[in-house]
Amino acid sequence: MSSSSNDLLSKAAVLASLPDHPAIKALLAFNSHALTDARFDRGELTLTIAPELIQGAAEAVKAAGYNAFEDATAVDWFPSTPRFQVSYHIVSHAHKERIRLRVMLPAEDPAVETVSTVWPGANFYEREVFDLFGIRFEGHPNLRRIMMPDDWKGHPLRKDYPVEGYR
Amino acid sequence: MTETASTPFLEAPQALGAHDQHMVLNMGPQHPSMHGVLRLIVEIDGEIVVRLYPEIGYLHTGIEKTCEAKFYQQVVPLTDRIDYLSPMANNLCYCLAVEKLLRLEIPEKAQWIRVLLTELTRLNSHLIWLGTHAMDIGALTVFLYCFREREDILRIFEAVAGQRMMTSYFRIGGLSMEPPLDLFDRIQSFINIFPEKIDEYSNLLTGNPIFRNRLMGVGVLSAEDAVALGVTGPNMRASGVDFDLRRDMPYSGYEKFQFKVPVATAGDCWARYEVRMAEMRESVKIIQQALDGMPDGPIKADAPKIVLPDREKMKTQMEALIHHFKIVTEGFAVPAGEVYQGIESPRGQMGYYVVSDGTAKPYRVHMRNPSFATLQAIETMAKGRMLADVVAVVGSIDIVLGEIDR
Repeated sequence: MSSSSNDLLSKAAVLASLPDHPAIKALLAFNSHALTDARFDRGELTLTIAPELIQGAAEAVKAAGYNAFEDATAVDWFPSTPRFQVSYHIVSHAHKERIRLRVMLPAEDPAVETVSTVWPGANFYEREVFDLFGIRFEGHPNLRRIMMPDDWKGHPLRKDYPVEGYR
Repeated sequence: MTETASTPFLEAPQALGAHDQHMVLNMGPQHPSMHGVLRLIVEIDGEIVVRLYPEIGYLHTGIEKTCEAKFYQQVVPLTDRIDYLSPMANNLCYCLAVEKLLRLEIPEKAQWIRVLLTELTRLNSHLIWLGTHAMDIGALTVFLYCFREREDILRIFEAVAGQRMMTSYFRIGGLSMEPPLDLFDRIQSFINIFPEKIDEYSNLLTGNPIFRNRLMGVGVLSAEDAVALGVTGPNMRASGVDFDLRRDMPYSGYEKFQFKVPVATAGDCWARYEVRMAEMRESVKIIQQALDGMPDGPIKADAPKIVLPDREKMKTQMEALIHHFKIVTEGFAVPAGEVYQGIESPRGQMGYYVVSDGTAKPYRVHMRNPSFATLQAIETMAKGRMLADVVAVVGSIDIVLGEIDR
């Protein structure tokens, strides 16, 4: 069960093997600093975006045909740095393909620009990440808790929040 | 134009004059037409909906957090409980995601039985949608008819998994056990009569003037809005977007089946009704193909360190007993990585995002549930219509609060 020969585990390998991929082309045309890492693993393309450029990158891949926003969520890599990873899954109806965009955020005051201006469907998903991970989305129209009560303390899906017992 | 669900309006309603102002009304969480514990805060001008804001979280049980404390195989029963009306779809999505992480090949027979049962789940879910939707509109008889056929499906589930609703039948690496010998005959006799039953529901509803008037032109969602707001599945196809993961990004052997993807263009509640009725007929075709072409072979992958051994082998073979003990007490390590597996659930595109750090417990499990995104479009659909139309809209989008709140 080691990595198969089809996997491309570095940005250089992905750029060499998939030069014509519409999302990669759009991102490189948008800003050469936008794409910080890339990975093609188990048939899924993961593109790591510089956090400050996520909104522009989202617009670029949307223009390249990735029209349907599917999902946004986060992973807490506590205690590693950078601590938070926000993953966006976007489907293209035209290319019949899914890509994953991700940004890495620091532990202190994690914040990233919202993509709900690009894909309005991201609204609830970003609220959920805000609620359960405490990551702020700058420019979000209604950044309030969605699952937990409004007066709840803490963010339950963080790794330093216990599964059971008292906080 | 596209507007996402709104700013909260817990502030006082806008004053329109000295004696004339909007009223804020709470629908739910305890309301018979809210399909669970959905709370809609509706601002109305007379009977016209001005703003509408869904308030959710009443059923939040932290399933994603619970998953992080369980072994991979222990997560399967949790997935049933997310969407209790389509348990097999959740089982399938989770198992496919973990199998992708493990790069595990599943025997063909297991794949076909998975397709067969997932399509039965779709019928089960659509029957509940039809019954409760018609009941909301006032056609009570259809509810009883739908639950009569649903009972047959639940009996099949009980025969195959021992459980009516929380089946947990699909396991990582295949199925939990051999299906009973008469299973395929039972399913065959069910789908022999089922198309007539669809005609029966259709006879009660399609020509019914009250039902038509309550649905036609109500809750219109344009194709652009549907895609922009993340609406998927039958709701999106009723707005004219022709996209179905089963056909366009196939999984679990769906590429071997021939079926049509029903699409309507009107985008109103009536179009959603028509699309789901047509989908039920297509599901029957898929089930028939699965029964006709059912391959022979094992139902579990040949991976002794991941798949639990047969009970018989455990009693006679030392290795099988050791493997069983190891899997149950220590789980199995999954290579590090992240995968997202999407499937077409009865309600739309479902996705499981599983992140592994190389240990026996998932580092992160996230469920993308179709109802959650569909709820964002509810204001677009209900705005400017009568308050009574909100009931028709909520019924027609087929949401389950268990999977919204998780």
